[in-house]
Amino acid sequence: MDLLYYPGCTVKTSAKCLETSGFAVIKALGHNLVEMEEWNCCGVVASLTDDDLMHHLAPLRNLIHAEDQGQEKIVTFCDMCGNTLKQTNLRVQESEENLDTLNNFMDQEEDYKKSVDVQHFLEFLRDDVGFAKLKKSVKKPLKGMKIMPYYGCTMLRPREVAIDDAEEPRILADLLKSLGAEVIDTPYKIECCGSYHTIEQKDLTAKRAYRISSSAQKAGADAIMLSCPMCKFNLDHRGKDAESLYDGYKQIPVYYYTQLIAMAMGLDIEECGFDSHTVDPIPLLKEKKVI
Amino acid sequence: MTEVSGNECREKHELEKIRIDHSLAEELKDLCEEEFFGCYQCGTCAAGCPFIEEMDLTPDEVIRHVIMDKREVLSSKTIWLCASCYTCAERCPRDINITKLMEALRQIILRNSVDKTDMSCITDEELKKIPQIAFVSLFRKNIG
Repeated sequence: MDLLYYPGCTVKTSAKCLETSGFAVIKALGHNLVEMEEWNCCGVVASLTDDDLMHHLAPLRNLIHAEDQGQEKIVTFCDMCGNTLKQTNLRVQESEENLDTLNNFMDQEEDYKKSVDVQHFLEFLRDDVGFAKLKKSVKKPLKGMKIMPYYGCTMLRPREVAIDDAEEPRILADLLKSLGAEVIDTPYKIECCGSYHTIEQKDLTAKRAYRISSSAQKAGADAIMLSCPMCKFNLDHRGKDAESLYDGYKQIPVYYYTQLIAMAMGLDIEECGFDSHTVDPIPLLKEKKVI
Repeated sequence: MTEVSGNECREKHELEKIRIDHSLAEELKDLCEEEFFGCYQCGTCAAGCPFIEEMDLTPDEVIRHVIMDKREVLSSKTIWLCASCYTCAERCPRDINITKLMEALRQIILRNSVDKTDMSCITDEELKKIPQIAFVSLFRKNIG
């Protein structure tokens, strides 16, 4: 099956390993991701003020271009892109007046006909492929790996665009189980990583990473698995920074779910881009004999 | 531990530039149609907020300031620490979207041409490593 794919800027630059490992997985599952034409930045954070329609233009233009390409669904890897595109889609679905204003403003584009569904790649794996089927593709189970699934914010909140329950999500835990890993649950799995404060308030974000990662370690985890490139940077990189703030603290490896699926399916490790991580994720995979 | 962009003197000077012709509640009407007068100060928002330790006002205190038309809320660190994680909005028993209220308060300031970001502290090495979504989010949240 061909799927229309919306990349967003981060998976093309600092989170290339999310895209390459995701592509390897989808190919191995017998599907094909086709990058949409003329995509633009989604704006990353949804416009939250009632009178601000301008910041819905960028996400809406992407939805229009998906319609132009005759598709009813776009798939994203990035949690923040998925959230922003879904929130704009919801806003125009709920307000015909807002949609008219936006359509009229973009007079060089076709009108949006509200036919596009935005799907996170995790939703595709759960709902269209199914974790039971994914389990059958596992050649090297992640046996003995104790992993904390970390959800963060944008795949769970606001509830109108969430892909799972905001307080007790299970999608990543279910995925981990299908890969043969042991799930380590902590209440910090749904707490914010510090987000964009990572630029101006490094210590604040390092403290968030420490809180989240140390709670995982106390519960017995030897790694974290997540989906969002922002969370990945903060837990992996700022988590490493936290080592200089907290005596004796050592940051554990942070994996994208696509990387762990690729490893469990026995795919080429080169597709995982592990060299871009701050905390080397390879030794643990070797120790647990996954590679 | 906390590093808040800018300094208090600059912020005081900047706040003098902000024109508010009506009460805060009135100013917020077009920005955020939330029933914040329904807040009964239970503190659920404060209890779940991941940045609460760094805040000078708890989220429920921010709401109380708005209700009481106390404009010093606009100079609080809290509204800039909020990173729109929606935890408070998700848990509020009165179904008040506090995330939207925080954004609306930021917008009152930003729409008076007061930017809150100073990029001079970023090293070249960090510039190469920090994900693009972080920069776009920061600019969207802190620049008018």
